[in-house]
Amino acid sequence: MAARPVAAALAAVRRHIGRWGLILALLALPVYYAVYDLANGYQAGVVAGHPVIHHDLSKLGFNFAEGLSDGAIWALIAIGYTLVYGIIELINFAHGDVFMIGSFTAVGIWSALGLNLTTGLLGVAGGLIVALIVSMITTGALNVLVEKVAYKPLRAAPKVAPLITAIGTSFILQNVGLLWRGGSQLSVTDVIGSQTVVFTVAGIPILRGYLLAWVVTIPLVFALSWFISHTRPGKAMRATAQDPEAARLMGINVNNTISLTFLLGGALAGAAGLIYAVYETQVWYFQGFRAGLFAFTAAVMGGIGNVRGAVLGGLIIGVIQALSDERIGPQWTEAIVFAYLIGIMVLRPKGLLGEETREAG
Amino acid sequence: MSELRAQLSEWRTAVARALPPWWSKGLAALLVLIGITLPFMTGPQSGFLNGTITAIAYAVMALGLNVVVGMAGLLDLGYVAFYALGAFCAGWLGSSFFFGVHVHVGVAPTLSHAIGIHLNIVLILIAAVLVCAVAGMIIGLPTLRLRGDYIAIVTLAFGEIIGVLAVNGQSISVGGGMMLTAGNQGISAIDPPWFPGVGSFSLLDMRPWYWLIFAVLLIVLFVNVRVRDSRLGRAWVALREDEVAAVSMGIPLVKTKLMAYAIGAAFGGMSGAFLGVYITEVNANSFQFGFSVFIVAMVVVGGIGSIWGALVGGLLLGYINNYLIPDVLNDFPSHFGLHFQLTSVSFGIFGFLLLLVMVARPQGLLPERRRKLEMTGEVAALDTELGSEPEAGNAI
Repeated sequence: MAARPVAAALAAVRRHIGRWGLILALLALPVYYAVYDLANGYQAGVVAGHPVIHHDLSKLGFNFAEGLSDGAIWALIAIGYTLVYGIIELINFAHGDVFMIGSFTAVGIWSALGLNLTTGLLGVAGGLIVALIVSMITTGALNVLVEKVAYKPLRAAPKVAPLITAIGTSFILQNVGLLWRGGSQLSVTDVIGSQTVVFTVAGIPILRGYLLAWVVTIPLVFALSWFISHTRPGKAMRATAQDPEAARLMGINVNNTISLTFLLGGALAGAAGLIYAVYETQVWYFQGFRAGLFAFTAAVMGGIGNVRGAVLGGLIIGVIQALSDERIGPQWTEAIVFAYLIGIMVLRPKGLLGEETREAG
Repeated sequence: MSELRAQLSEWRTAVARALPPWWSKGLAALLVLIGITLPFMTGPQSGFLNGTITAIAYAVMALGLNVVVGMAGLLDLGYVAFYALGAFCAGWLGSSFFFGVHVHVGVAPTLSHAIGIHLNIVLILIAAVLVCAVAGMIIGLPTLRLRGDYIAIVTLAFGEIIGVLAVNGQSISVGGGMMLTAGNQGISAIDPPWFPGVGSFSLLDMRPWYWLIFAVLLIVLFVNVRVRDSRLGRAWVALREDEVAAVSMGIPLVKTKLMAYAIGAAFGGMSGAFLGVYITEVNANSFQFGFSVFIVAMVVVGGIGSIWGALVGGLLLGYINNYLIPDVLNDFPSHFGLHFQLTSVSFGIFGFLLLLVMVARPQGLLPERRRKLEMTGEVAALDTELGSEPEAGNAI
């Protein structure tokens, strides 16, 4: 009889770990560094040969600003994962590489237009909008094509089949990128001076690159959630995600709805590709692999199938990445993000905002 | 098309009836004999023999991954982790890398005063098996509650973490000024295998290497067949087909799944340790996600779940990767005025193979009977329809 209260207590502990464990794990890094900066201080610069030590949260704030703008990129890609997963329960492994093609397209367009730092503000803005539209259309169309070739023939096959074709497609796209722009990191023209400080808030410098990331991402996310919640095709998407068979019986064209989902996801990945290229000022064929996994982690963290969750997850992953890049060392960032991914799977597979899914429940 | 198929199956039964009952064992014995005598048909040192040795090592990995992916139905995308761990076992236990210690067990007399840890190749292989089996179980633990593609992502993440550790290990101290790995420089000059009476293997005569890996292959094949037909093998199939039903029938979920991870990982470690010794270097750069996909492609091309499929897929893709693409077809694009070498896009080729096989012949080249029904029966019946039952997806 003694075993029962113990078991009940263990179950309660497990439930609380499930609810709070992930949140605690997420708070660990920022809280640690906040305490560290306040207690030990950090070197803010050197004046007359003496290091200047500050005891405030500006450095952490700067990490957050950087993280939130990186996170905007991951959020846009994560939405593509989450939409597709929501509707056909498939991890679109090729999505990261679609994002890479988006970057390449955007760079191609602005090189063709001859944009550079000396172009006037209107010229740069106009050119970037053209590049944004072209790369969004390209990646949207590419994603629809990928769906038609690699996933549609396998709708009824066991779930491992489309996942394997997704991996295959990912490698094909990577090699297309490799043949297109070569195998090494390629520096591209910095068209907006992305490292220029625009203004400072509470000691935190805000760079032009951050503003660009937010200016592109925020309207797109709002437009997408409006589309999903207020239009007929959006309603069809939600219905198909809930129950494809019932949706079909109600007269919804399921195949077109799935294509539309891939189109939207791909277009957002194209926008992310443009931001990445402008902000990092370098592109390479392998960027999609890491980006894809980071964004997938973000989608799972937020709760897969949930657009708001994907955005939240993307921003969180961005902050983790920035903290790790700045404080621990960029060579460890991947391992840390993947450790979080495994942690989420163990502690809370349904994510922060997600419902129980058939996969993870 | 269906007439042709019916005709083919008719012929097949006729041939099967005409053969004596011991034909499959006879065929196996003949293949083993051909395998043993193969190096006598080429010189002691040839590109073909080199390609064969590597291809067999890959086939051993494919057989290991097939246990996890095929038999137990757990898609493992981080198999490179076991290649890495196996190779590091060879690097740590068979070179002068840990210069602060002096250990030597059963190695060539010339090494008996060398610094570092020097163990006999058999001990290194055993160590690799043990290390990887434990690592496989550790990697398997967080995936126990998960199903389907989430397992793929978690294993992938583990594989990448091991890769990052391998690269950054050069800054992790293990005491005495020694580091965990040599990162991108690689742990090099790994001892060649040594056996009493045979002496040290040299790269001038590749035949002993060939026989060593061939022996490993035979052991792995034997274990594979025996495990498949055992209680454990049937438990894997049951869990793969329907987890809930299998568990209610009393199959221990945790133990059965962890055994699959452990056995699959052990084979990968064995092959990894051999490759480390054979290449005489352990370079952290070689442990990338692409390698995991390469091994998955072998299993998929051969036929998921089929032992002979994994063997054939492993050998085939091994040859394509180490012989056909670099030696035979490398200049192929230049004939069409394209300026690239085929080796630079080899992963694209494997990606294309994955896509092609999955869309055109999802059961693979040499399918397992049960798996063939699973992969094609549903495809044919529900061709363009959307899969209506969510359970259908969980079968794998």
